[in-house]
Amino acid sequence: MHVPDGFLDAPTSVATGVVATAAVAVALRGARRELDDRTAPMAGLVATFVFAAQMVNFPVGAGTSGHLMGGALAAVLAGPWTAVLCLSVVLVVQALLMADGGITALGTNITLIGIVTVAVGWAVFALLRRVLPSRLAVVAPAAAVGALLSVPVAALVFTGLFALGGNVPVDLGAVLAAMLGWHTVIGIGEAVVTGLVVASVVSSRPDLVHGARSLLSERELETRTIEIA
Amino acid sequence: MGTGHAHRSHVPGERPRGDSPVHRAPAHLKVLALLGFMLVVVATPREAYPVFALEAAVLLGVIAVSRVPLRHLLPRMVVEVPFVVFAVLMPFIAHGPRTDVLGVSVSEPGLVAGLALLVKGSIGVLASLTLAATTHPQDLLRGLQRLRTPDLLVQIMGFMIRYLQVVTAELGRMMTALRSRGCDPRSPRHWPVLARSLGALFIRSYERGERVHLAMLSRGYDGKLPT
Repeated sequence: MHVPDGFLDAPTSVATGVVATAAVAVALRGARRELDDRTAPMAGLVATFVFAAQMVNFPVGAGTSGHLMGGALAAVLAGPWTAVLCLSVVLVVQALLMADGGITALGTNITLIGIVTVAVGWAVFALLRRVLPSRLAVVAPAAAVGALLSVPVAALVFTGLFALGGNVPVDLGAVLAAMLGWHTVIGIGEAVVTGLVVASVVSSRPDLVHGARSLLSERELETRTIEIA
Repeated sequence: MGTGHAHRSHVPGERPRGDSPVHRAPAHLKVLALLGFMLVVVATPREAYPVFALEAAVLLGVIAVSRVPLRHLLPRMVVEVPFVVFAVLMPFIAHGPRTDVLGVSVSEPGLVAGLALLVKGSIGVLASLTLAATTHPQDLLRGLQRLRTPDLLVQIMGFMIRYLQVVTAELGRMMTALRSRGCDPRSPRHWPVLARSLGALFIRSYERGERVHLAMLSRGYDGKLPT
């Protein structure tokens, strides 16, 4: 769920806006390293993909449904900087054209969904890639673990922002417990879907998966002679 | 995964119809006005009901001038349902002195906060919808450009808006194909199939991006879009 207008007070909203602006500025330079002059069309199409993937609703239980957030997924598929840009652009378009997420809460939403989930997802993924054997088979599980952790951490950061600038007198411990509990469940769904999507792309076009590229470059061209009987 | 959105049937790109001073106003001014207005609304103390009434009146006045029919705006307000639920729960889960409303004991600060949340959020959703209903996405992009949004970011947004309907239609066709083969995309048992479809959608989107880039290069793209 995107944070609406008025959920956090004005100073907190402005502060997260500054954080989001700075992070997007850094990501713009980083994405150029990942995509070069292909940045605009590629990031645009990946952003469209993220938007479309978020449209698929899954039943979560109790009559509610959830959808993919896609931070970790975009980071593993397209690279972390491109992912920050894509998620941010998706959030801007959702706020301005669909009123999903308030315009004053845009900084908060970009910080939580565009930056925290991507950063956590990618950091965990990169760490696991370093620890685990370098094989293509570990890419999808590592992405899933990254996605699993990215969601509760975003919920944790949200609770922190809520403690600073929440407009509601609710017991913080209860908010924290509810947010973490609920988002761990959501994180499991995110992890399963992220892992399955990454696995399917790795099996058919591993060259498109940013997180698997270093593995492919290690491969050497083999020439084998075949005995024809 | 986040909690559900109900607006998913609505994809931007429909051309705003109608003609009014609000439609004709420069997009960058509209974005700034929306941002300024909403900052004031968010900063309004939660018990300043006359101020809320004034803000709501200003917004309704703008909507009246824009002549956007309410039956266009109201159905799209369903995006706020998840947090309406939260606002309604507020009086029951907040602490502080209790008060009786219709025979039910609720928290007084929670009631006030929930009400403020509901008012601020609804004004925000309605104001943003008014901007969307009176501004063509392309004008919005030009407006953001005038507001010194980095050029690359505006280009990315432009591509996203341009290909939104293409990619979502592609997803829609995949879903139809899945359903016609007896797959229920909502059931967790079929998540592997759904995930493979999303993987295929990513590959198609990525390759479309590559083709678009080559087409742009062949037309002399040098990092800037001709205006």
